Amino acid sequence: MSVNRRTFLGTSAAAAASLSAPMAFAAGHGKPRVVVVGGGAGGATAARYIAKDSQGEIDVTLIEPTRTYYTCFFSNLYLGGFKEMDDLGHSYGGLAANGVNVVHDWAIGVDRDAKTVSLAGGGSLGYDKLILSPGIDFVDGAVEGWDVTAQNAMPHAYKGGSQTELLKAQLQSMPEGGTFMMVAPPNPYRCPPGPYERVSMVAHFLKANNPTAKIIVADPKAKFSKMALFQEGWNDHYAGMVDWIGSDFGGGNVSVDPGAMTVSVDGEVMNVDVCNVIPAMKAGHIAAVAGVTDGNWAPVNAADMSSKMDENIYVLGDASQQGDMPKSGFSANSQAKVCANAVRGALTGSRVFPAKFSNTCWSLIDTNDGVKVGATYEATDEKIAKVDGFISQTGESAELRKATYEESEGWYTGITADMFG
Amino acid sequence: MTGAVRLLAALAMTFTVSSPVMADSGDIAAGEKLYNQCKSCHQVGAGAKHGIGPHLNGLFGRQAASFEDFRYSKSFERAGAGGLEWHADTLDAFLENPRAMASGTRMSFRGLKDADDRKHLIAYLRQYSDNPANIPEADPTAEPSDHDLDPAILALQGDPEYGAYLSGECTTCHQAEGGDDGIPSIVYWPEEQFVAAMHAYKNKQRNHPVMQMIAGRLGDEEIAALAAYFKDLDE
Repeated sequence: MSVNRRTFLGTSAAAAASLSAPMAFAAGHGKPRVVVVGGGAGGATAARYIAKDSQGEIDVTLIEPTRTYYTCFFSNLYLGGFKEMDDLGHSYGGLAANGVNVVHDWAIGVDRDAKTVSLAGGGSLGYDKLILSPGIDFVDGAVEGWDVTAQNAMPHAYKGGSQTELLKAQLQSMPEGGTFMMVAPPNPYRCPPGPYERVSMVAHFLKANNPTAKIIVADPKAKFSKMALFQEGWNDHYAGMVDWIGSDFGGGNVSVDPGAMTVSVDGEVMNVDVCNVIPAMKAGHIAAVAGVTDGNWAPVNAADMSSKMDENIYVLGDASQQGDMPKSGFSANSQAKVCANAVRGALTGSRVFPAKFSNTCWSLIDTNDGVKVGATYEATDEKIAKVDGFISQTGESAELRKATYEESEGWYTGITADMFG
Repeated sequence: MTGAVRLLAALAMTFTVSSPVMADSGDIAAGEKLYNQCKSCHQVGAGAKHGIGPHLNGLFGRQAASFEDFRYSKSFERAGAGGLEWHADTLDAFLENPRAMASGTRMSFRGLKDADDRKHLIAYLRQYSDNPANIPEADPTAEPSDHDLDPAILALQGDPEYGAYLSGECTTCHQAEGGDDGIPSIVYWPEEQFVAAMHAYKNKQRNHPVMQMIAGRLGDEEIAALAAYFKDLDE
């Protein structure tokens, strides 16, 4: 019933818009209002671009609970000792200076009929267009024996910040010759090469500080992103240290006991010293609360990232189900700029250009040994579809690998400036 | 009928005359005169040492920016690491417009616009590399290339508003404020050089997989739009 009502309202609003000025959507309350939930690569970029490009014509509010945002991308380099935690932290002052109203609070509810977002701290915000960019949460019961109450004993470290620091502290206090265990996630998940770059960075740390230690990876997949490149790198730099157990060897049949610090892989129980559990993922909770998810993710239209459930809601980044793009900060940033252009067009009548998306993921294997994979994408009626791509090759020269790493550092500076101003 | 045949014959003539730029070798004597423009910075021949620029002995087949005892621009170091080697075709492209090949090169030379002049100069330099016969066929990777941009492409007036939108794809890596740590700056770039560089990536004359991929799907109008936007980007 409510679906019919929304459909009817949507149709009449569209008809009105085609007859009158483009400001029709803002009728009754002055300037058009955009609310963005989540201040990461998708949300911060979208908020910044809409505020910057509309030059005051649109009120933009960003809801983000943390005062300092620690990027999840590059957090593996902190584990490896290549970056400090401070290098990964970013404040929202630049966005505020760009005219974004930054509200540090949790969004806990969305009323799609009234077009309001309610906040944990009380009160609510009205919107004409709502952009959800909440990142990921974990699927309950994905790894037997693990839930969020166990994340101190067995950290996921798959959201940047305190979890990353905890995992590093545990790595530093590992006993000599101890065992670092990783439970890798099933597809799809945030940052496909991320777990394997993490293995590389943990190995880099252990090689220097605890060279008889071992790394075991239990993986529910038979293959993974940049697999040939990582396996070549592990052989070249960390021979004998990394034991990867893929799904063909029972890597997907895992349970953990955080109290006893044991892990069972395909029936074999092992004592471990550090256990990094990266469970199966789903869209950040607010997407499900808003009712725009189907299963674990939020389906969107490729042309503008609008939700398939509600034309006034857009979903960006990891939380969205869009087609061929990997879940990455680069992808979220790319999607945000397409979305910002479309939202501005819908609210102020500014020019809307065709969607173009791209992504590149750099990974560090060891000092000055960087690799990358990337692709370009376009919007089709069904999905975001891959156009063209490339990947680093095995056996590349040391100079090229070094240049690739330096390029990744340049990218980090570039994307964080693009997100936060 | 005969008209059509004649037209085809005329077309065939045009192609034979104007296509492979390097089909025959240049005039070494003419190249030596042209080299006078290079001399103040580059030495070549017996006993040549680095000056303001690196010496040019053994240039053919050498990776760009590969002398350990010469300090190159970051642009050239990246190009060399990315696989740029000096052959007749790459030298030809570089000499035509040095900054289109390596935006940040310290070589302050505007380039030789005349294809024959470049051919002569390359023939002169070729003597100081191994196996100087059969220029450029002795060089295994030499290929005729046609990197001359159609004047119609250079004449396109870009739409800066479209360029501003498209620039979002650039600023994920290239800082809008112009910083260049690990990734070169692309702001305030003269339009013509920007267009030449993007087409060099698109045609795979410049080596970089990300840029070849990004430029590869940009149309002529889109490249013009980006150039129009970046040339005027303030702060």
